[in-house]
Amino acid sequence: MIDTEICVTPTLAAEHGLSLDEYARVQKILGRDPNITELGIFSVMWSEHCSYKSSKVHLKRLPTKGPQVVQGPGENAGVVDIGSGWVAAFKIESHNHPSFVEPFQGAATGVGGILRDIFTMGARPIAVLDSLRFGPITEGQGATSAEVSRNRRIVDGVVRGIGFYGNCFGVPTVGGEVAFEPCYSANPLVNALALGVARRDELFFARARGVDNPVIYVGAKTGRDGIHGASLLASAEFTEESQQKRPNVQVGDPFLEKLLLEACLEAMHTGAVVAIQDMGAAGLTCSTCEMASRGSTGIEIDLALVPQRETGMSPYEIMLSESQERMLLVAERGREEEVLCVFRKWELDAVVIGRVTSGGLLRVLDHGRLVAEIPAHPLAEEGPVYSRPLAPPAKPSRAETLVAFAPQGTNLTENFAKLLAAPAIASKRWIVQQYDHMVRTNTVVAPGAGDAALVRVKDTGRGLALAVDGNGRWCHLEPRLGAMHAVAEAARNVACVGARPLAATNCLNFGNPEKPEIMWQFSEVIDGMGEACRALGVPITGGNVSFYNETLGHAIYPTPAIGVLGILDDDSHALHMGFRAPGDAILLLDGAGAAAAEAAAPADLEREFSSSEYARTIRSIVAGTPPAIDFAAEKRLIDSLTALAVMGLLHSAHDLSDGGLAVALAESGFASFFATESLGAHVALQGTEPAEWALFGERGARAVVTAPQAALAAVEQIAAQYQLGLRKLGTVTQGIFRIEYNGREVVSSPVARLRASWADSLEQALAAR
Amino acid sequence: MKFGVVVFPGSNCDHDTHHALATVLGRPVDFIWHQSEDIAGFDAIILPGGFAYGDYLRTGAIARFSPVMRAVTKFAKSGGLVLGICNGFQVLLESGLLPGAVLRNAGLRFVCRHVYIRVEHTDTPFTRAARPGQVLKIPIAHSDGNYFCDDATLHDLERNGQILFRYVSPDGRESAEWNPNGALSNIAGVINHERNVAGLMPHPERAAESLLDSADGLVILRSMIDSLARRESQSVGASVAERVPA
Repeated sequence: MIDTEICVTPTLAAEHGLSLDEYARVQKILGRDPNITELGIFSVMWSEHCSYKSSKVHLKRLPTKGPQVVQGPGENAGVVDIGSGWVAAFKIESHNHPSFVEPFQGAATGVGGILRDIFTMGARPIAVLDSLRFGPITEGQGATSAEVSRNRRIVDGVVRGIGFYGNCFGVPTVGGEVAFEPCYSANPLVNALALGVARRDELFFARARGVDNPVIYVGAKTGRDGIHGASLLASAEFTEESQQKRPNVQVGDPFLEKLLLEACLEAMHTGAVVAIQDMGAAGLTCSTCEMASRGSTGIEIDLALVPQRETGMSPYEIMLSESQERMLLVAERGREEEVLCVFRKWELDAVVIGRVTSGGLLRVLDHGRLVAEIPAHPLAEEGPVYSRPLAPPAKPSRAETLVAFAPQGTNLTENFAKLLAAPAIASKRWIVQQYDHMVRTNTVVAPGAGDAALVRVKDTGRGLALAVDGNGRWCHLEPRLGAMHAVAEAARNVACVGARPLAATNCLNFGNPEKPEIMWQFSEVIDGMGEACRALGVPITGGNVSFYNETLGHAIYPTPAIGVLGILDDDSHALHMGFRAPGDAILLLDGAGAAAAEAAAPADLEREFSSSEYARTIRSIVAGTPPAIDFAAEKRLIDSLTALAVMGLLHSAHDLSDGGLAVALAESGFASFFATESLGAHVALQGTEPAEWALFGERGARAVVTAPQAALAAVEQIAAQYQLGLRKLGTVTQGIFRIEYNGREVVSSPVARLRASWADSLEQALAAR
Repeated sequence: MKFGVVVFPGSNCDHDTHHALATVLGRPVDFIWHQSEDIAGFDAIILPGGFAYGDYLRTGAIARFSPVMRAVTKFAKSGGLVLGICNGFQVLLESGLLPGAVLRNAGLRFVCRHVYIRVEHTDTPFTRAARPGQVLKIPIAHSDGNYFCDDATLHDLERNGQILFRYVSPDGRESAEWNPNGALSNIAGVINHERNVAGLMPHPERAAESLLDSADGLVILRSMIDSLARRESQSVGASVAERVPA
């Protein structure tokens, strides 16, 4: 227990992560020295995690508006209109550091936190996706065997944690992405995205209104877990002692959260709830001062009334606890009994702990004794904002080693099979089947069955598509371009299930912002994302920044994870990635149109190809620059795919990404992680470029689609209408997978053999723990 | 004909079951709160999937003591139709309304995917609309679905035709490869001796629309509807017979 009478000094403030300048600012706001409880409150609210002090100046450059946007950044989640009086609330958040310290609980509470953000808005969560990054899980990928086995333990814990929480809560985990790179060995990334739906006129906001309205605490009791999770865990680099931070990780109870969800939605339905906010990072501190600040009011609470799990907790501990599954709500005065009654029905604690006040102060009492008194608005909104120095990293002193292409005519079958077994490309069945991806019976396109997940919204006939993408390797090589590709790929993925991209959410994972080259990466990524979102018409409606992803001074790749939400007006038009019938025509749609036929200079091809998954897996090269991006081409491809879906002309659609055309063809043949039968392809390609580039190159704005031969003319007509390049590659086959390049066979294999390399590699690596 | 879907704290397939019966099949359905002991007016009760009372201690172990289970037990003893799906099946096992128990999955992990189950008997209210030996594609989603019982019980189950569903390959063959959780004798679902209470680990309500990949689960729900309709017409027939002397 921390003594409330303890004397606060600048040194103690520094131990709380507040700089001298920041401490002076605290003194100025208060007009006096803070006491220990107040210091704790300021330190969490002004932590990087809660205050966005390093990122704020840059985030302003992102597009956040559009006719479809009901609520942009600044609330618990972004909200967009999906028609017929319905809205979708969605947001992505990181839980990286807790997941390294305690993978199972870290990941579980990451899911719990983002779910609360959604139902706080009055929306029922209908889907979760995850963007995960780990260190290598196989030997020989730049990690020691001790690291490899630790990484496997982390993967196992994170996957079990995500499943544990979502499965019990009853929300389907419908997709996401996972990648493995050495830079994530000591700093894995766990980003969770949740989507919910609500009636537009039944949305709730976190704005405390109405002086003397009661402030009600609901949900789990407050304990000593997670104190300083936001400030000490999420807002500092890792050192060798970081395992000692395990007590800072919260512990999740999805059963309690399920009750909280049902009770909150039912309480909101009474009409007696004025405002509501979840207690996530910085717990009671954050929820009280933010609700007051947004509502231009004050709040007064008495901590003696807060339900507590442990005895002898100090005001400091109660205000800073990050115990999970708690909510704070403001009810209409005189109608609190209606609200309390609902929570009693669900056997949850619900206690009036204070009231809304005028004057804008956050006043915290303990048994009637004043223990903290802080102006809410300056605390929540007037924290420090830094324009930190930026500097591009120094150019490498010697020339990069680039990929040298294999001679024409080389048989690439072995390399292809090896590429299919790379953890980034291999089947994710081992992960996905640990998640209940079907509960709520809305999952139209299941994980691995399409480029995006598609969940229907019952009562509307509509479907919502969600994809989350990031490419740390490309952002590492060229942050701005890499970020553009991440947005474009997520939007393209959404279009590949037939949906029209509507809006985006982002989780920005970076190293230490106090280093100028990290801040430069961040600034570049923001500009890239902003430009891509503007070009593709997908405003950013929310998200989260995670800095200090460094261990022992080594930063992760800059890794923006972009989630794009799309809408399909008729859920029965959903497209899957799997081939359907032997004999169907295989077509390559290329947004670049006729321009795509122009050959690039050989040196440029080498540079571009050196950034590919093939270069990394087969040649162990990570170099060069990502392919150039053409937004007009991306837009044409997206528009034509959505048109083709509505017309019902296609049997399958799958975009080209990691591993290029050859991998896309194989994956379409495999159809899904769970399919019991696979189909093959027989395609003939022509070109002047090296065969490896043609098969495995990763240029954007392209998709492989199939159509019955009878529909070919109609597909060609649409392609012409959208000025889209269309190439007939070949046909869907059974048994054998074959690619010819300029008349020579470059890949030939039984489909079953390719499927085996793809299907089992992740499972084998992870079962070998 | 009215279906009741029990809602325990932590049930999370209650709405899905309601949707399959009410929206897909157009039958009257109401939820029954776990504190309720009044289930008069219902003709069939479904215990849905989820994590009743958080599944603390052991799956279904707390739920069996809930007030609603007293009523469900009485309803079952008087011949009412009761179906337990996944967690609902676990609750029925814990309540002693069905024989056997479930263990952790053999792989020690949660498993969610479509499986294939074979209808072993069609002379029950839950399978009468199926063809003998029909293979159904239905999803599972559980950590504890590894059915187990002692040798004597297994022998009785076999002899009395109480093994209702078995995990099989898509073409109906039994093999360890197609058993997702290590269940004894590939058992996916069982029925009581009186043939009015059944439970299974797979989720028929999740396989009720071809848009969601499979509509095979409807066979089970339609069988129940069919059985209730027959009971209704029989009881109408019986009461008519009573009033009109032969």
